[in-house]
Amino acid sequence: MAIALVLIALVIATVLFHIFSPWWFTPIASNWDMIDGTVDLTVWVTGFVFVAVNLFVAYAVIRFRHKAGARAAYEPENKKLEGWLTALTTVGIMALLAPGLFVWGKFVAVPEDAMDVEVVGQQWGWSYRFPGPDGVLGASDPRFFAGDNPLGLDPADAAGQDDILINGAELRLPLDVPVRVLARSKDVLHNFAVPQFRVKMDMVPGMVTHFWFTPTRTGEFDVLCMELCGIGHYVMRGRVTIVPETDFQAWLADKPSFADTQAVAAREAAAGEVHYATCGACHGAMGEGNPLMNAPRIAGLDKHYLARQIDNFRTGKRGANPDDSFGQQMAAMANVLPDEAAIASVSAYIASLPHQRADADPSLAGDPRRGAGIYQNCAVCHGDQGQGIWNMGAPRLAGMDPGYMATQLKHFREGIRGTHRDDQHGQQMVAMASILGGDQAIDDVIAYIATLQ
Amino acid sequence: MEQVAIADEVHEHHEPTSFISRYIWSQDHKVIAIQYASTAIAVGLVALVLSGMMRLQLGFPHAFDFISPSAYYQFVTMHGMIMVIYLLTALLLGGFGNYLIPLMIGARDMVFPYLNMLSYWFYLASVLVLMASFFVPGGSTGAGWTLYPPQAILPGTPGADWGIILMLVSLGIFIVAFTMGGLNYVTTVLQARTKGMTLMRMPLTVWGIFVATILGLLAFPALFVSALMMLLDHTLGTSFFMPALLSQGELSDHEGGSPILFQHLFWFFGHPEVYIVALPAFGIVSDLISTHARKNIFGYRMMVWAILAIGVLSFIVWAHHMYVSGMHPYFGFFFAVTTLIIAVPTAIKVYNWVLTLWRGNIHLTVPMLFAIGFIFTFVNGGLTGLFLGNVVVDLPLSDTYFVVGHFHMVMGVSPVLVLFGAIYHWFPKITGRMYSETLGKWHFWLTFLGTYAIYLPMHYLGILGIPRRYYANLSTDFIPESAQDMNVGITIAALFVAVVQLLFLINLLWSLRHGKKADPNPWGATTLEWQTPDTPPRHGNWGHHLPVVYRWAYDYSVPGAERDFIPQTVPGSEGHDSDTGETKA
Repeated sequence: MAIALVLIALVIATVLFHIFSPWWFTPIASNWDMIDGTVDLTVWVTGFVFVAVNLFVAYAVIRFRHKAGARAAYEPENKKLEGWLTALTTVGIMALLAPGLFVWGKFVAVPEDAMDVEVVGQQWGWSYRFPGPDGVLGASDPRFFAGDNPLGLDPADAAGQDDILINGAELRLPLDVPVRVLARSKDVLHNFAVPQFRVKMDMVPGMVTHFWFTPTRTGEFDVLCMELCGIGHYVMRGRVTIVPETDFQAWLADKPSFADTQAVAAREAAAGEVHYATCGACHGAMGEGNPLMNAPRIAGLDKHYLARQIDNFRTGKRGANPDDSFGQQMAAMANVLPDEAAIASVSAYIASLPHQRADADPSLAGDPRRGAGIYQNCAVCHGDQGQGIWNMGAPRLAGMDPGYMATQLKHFREGIRGTHRDDQHGQQMVAMASILGGDQAIDDVIAYIATLQ
Repeated sequence: MEQVAIADEVHEHHEPTSFISRYIWSQDHKVIAIQYASTAIAVGLVALVLSGMMRLQLGFPHAFDFISPSAYYQFVTMHGMIMVIYLLTALLLGGFGNYLIPLMIGARDMVFPYLNMLSYWFYLASVLVLMASFFVPGGSTGAGWTLYPPQAILPGTPGADWGIILMLVSLGIFIVAFTMGGLNYVTTVLQARTKGMTLMRMPLTVWGIFVATILGLLAFPALFVSALMMLLDHTLGTSFFMPALLSQGELSDHEGGSPILFQHLFWFFGHPEVYIVALPAFGIVSDLISTHARKNIFGYRMMVWAILAIGVLSFIVWAHHMYVSGMHPYFGFFFAVTTLIIAVPTAIKVYNWVLTLWRGNIHLTVPMLFAIGFIFTFVNGGLTGLFLGNVVVDLPLSDTYFVVGHFHMVMGVSPVLVLFGAIYHWFPKITGRMYSETLGKWHFWLTFLGTYAIYLPMHYLGILGIPRRYYANLSTDFIPESAQDMNVGITIAALFVAVVQLLFLINLLWSLRHGKKADPNPWGATTLEWQTPDTPPRHGNWGHHLPVVYRWAYDYSVPGAERDFIPQTVPGSEGHDSDTGETKA
């Protein structure tokens, strides 16, 4: 008897939970209202069946529960009833399936006038490419992946020269223009998903997948990876901003073409030596760093990492927090560099300086064995020898200043560094540093890094 | 029936005399069943603890230092694989299949007892290899239970060097074990039924296990070859599933492989696997409901055909797991149609369980409570399957917590409730003792209500858009604070349900020794296993003479009969003939 009452209570509770739950679809921002419609239809049909079947069970239990002297009926089959139930179920299924297939038909038919945008996923971030004035995306191939050509475009393909590259946290798309997303992955499976758009698609290395939608609402929307892609899966974030078409064109006009990025990459390291004079005052003539000036070693870092950090300082993504006084100093110094070309050349110059290990720091009190366990989480981006991995945007750790690294870990953990919305990699470090429970854990992992060659 | 005559000679079955041949290297299907079941439950407890640790992280992020992202993904992966393969499949087929098939069809044992014994030892080896992966450098694999390449074998995923190798090897050994057991179950059902036990007189439990085993024999090879191919990709550098790609900033040596090929192979196994678990549960629950409602199962022949239809259809729906995988979108039309068609025979089964209760004489015993609980969760989980199976409805829900809620409800909680019901139902026969009915009922209530509190809210988090397999949700504009509150609630419910399982273990272990002596047929059941001369049944099951079957398995409350059940071994022409569908009163 109790079970019957509980079933009734559960049915009522489920319906109430459904009605009053604060969790439902986020307000839609694309043309796919029809998908929401199919979901609503399914909710009604399945909700009805759920309530009907379970209440029937409850009623049967109440009415036919064992009583002294009672005996069950004997009814092996009832072909007519079974036939009716089968037919009704079939009708219900068709009522769900037909609209579903109709809307899927819309989804697989990409409009002729859709604008192409390429989305490239990698562990653990996004980049984007627009076809440029010629309207054609140039060819790409994994063998061209390199620090200066992160999307692996074929340098010999004329169609790719004017392609516009968006390397960073934010993609902008024009309002009310159908978009065909061409999705590609550099390494493992990913999935480009924006909950407000309702549609999503896996990105698979070795092939290009696609889907389409039309943004119908301006605003900013989170991009989430929705296919498990390794331990950084949950930090693989991005942002799509929907703007009126004119704003979109203005934004796009400002972005470098593939040819532009190749020209910058060709800057000689030699040209950077002049600019480095300012840097050397604190960081040392050979980039060896100077603890007295709180200037970390920079020799041995990858030029793209250096260029990104200088840019971050210049644009307020780093060194803007009042609790980061040395960062604020560096932000001022970074603004001394006149332009992008200067950043590129000075970064190339620093990267050409010989890497030497930092001196051991006797103040380190960590336990390298415990740190080794923690470092497993760091190794996926920074490399198991702390060598840094360009593709991940992860700098070298081995041989760098222990004290500086410890400070930075604390800054990440406390949100002093890496919280700027456009600092994709910084945000990932904030998430990762949050797993370090206390200062002891930081000391341990730094002590382990100090043992790496 | 010639084969029956041969098997009927008692001297063919020498009863083992030493402790080792009786309990360790035993060839008795009942001992093997208990070995299978104990191992499966033990490893299932490991998976239960892993799920508790996942929930701790999700409910209280960063409160526990040892749950790093790598550890979290390792827990997720091992929890899923253990529960699906090493617990559910092994317990339902290796455990209940082994125990019940010979007893329910009137055989003395499986037809290949030695192979049956080997099957268990291979299973145990696969479990040990899997457990060893916790202790190798880098730990167990964290690739998710679907083990999708390329990431499963690349750095960036925990356990990419050793953990994944041990996982693949363990699966290979498991499949060898399953094949040895499975061939045995199928052959035994086809060849060793006692006189009078026609196929259409078999209890639905046997039908469910029989068809599930055939599915397994056809589906597991797909997993076997995909495991082998991934192993080759990993160790010898072949490129079955690996295209040219960047790994650790460098171009890998692979070229030309297809990650989607793996997904097709995996789900060609993976979807039938759902029914490898579900069909035995369907069969068992049918018998529980019928016995404890004292009423024949409604529409027996329809139930058999539904099992067969589901079995066949389960092989042509696999890509509904891949709607957003990047496969050709036109596949979506086909697989949505087949997937929704399978809902029809499944719904028929639900109707027939419910109609069996109707006009019954429902005894609310512990097994019956679990059976009714199963109907509720299965209806819930089956209906949410209509969202995910209907391709376009799946688009917003795919890879969210809706999926997690759905499959836990339909293939986690539902079969587990049946398993508990089955254990409470057959425990008196297996051990010769009764258990505490009070503890059993507490176990039911807390588990049933607790699991619903875990999984119902997950669907709503999924509709909100919260992705599954996230170590932490971080700050995301569309996720309100209240979602984290819900995560805390879910975690508390999950830990509660985990602890409640102690009631079950305590009840069984205590009753083994101290339970009251069980009646040979405490539920008044009609099927053969309740008609054995000894309880628990001795080696050879039937004493000197095999039972002879005269009727179908569901002659409960036959009008005019003295008692409210007529065992299958009682001669007479009254009742229903399930071979022809005719009923004589």
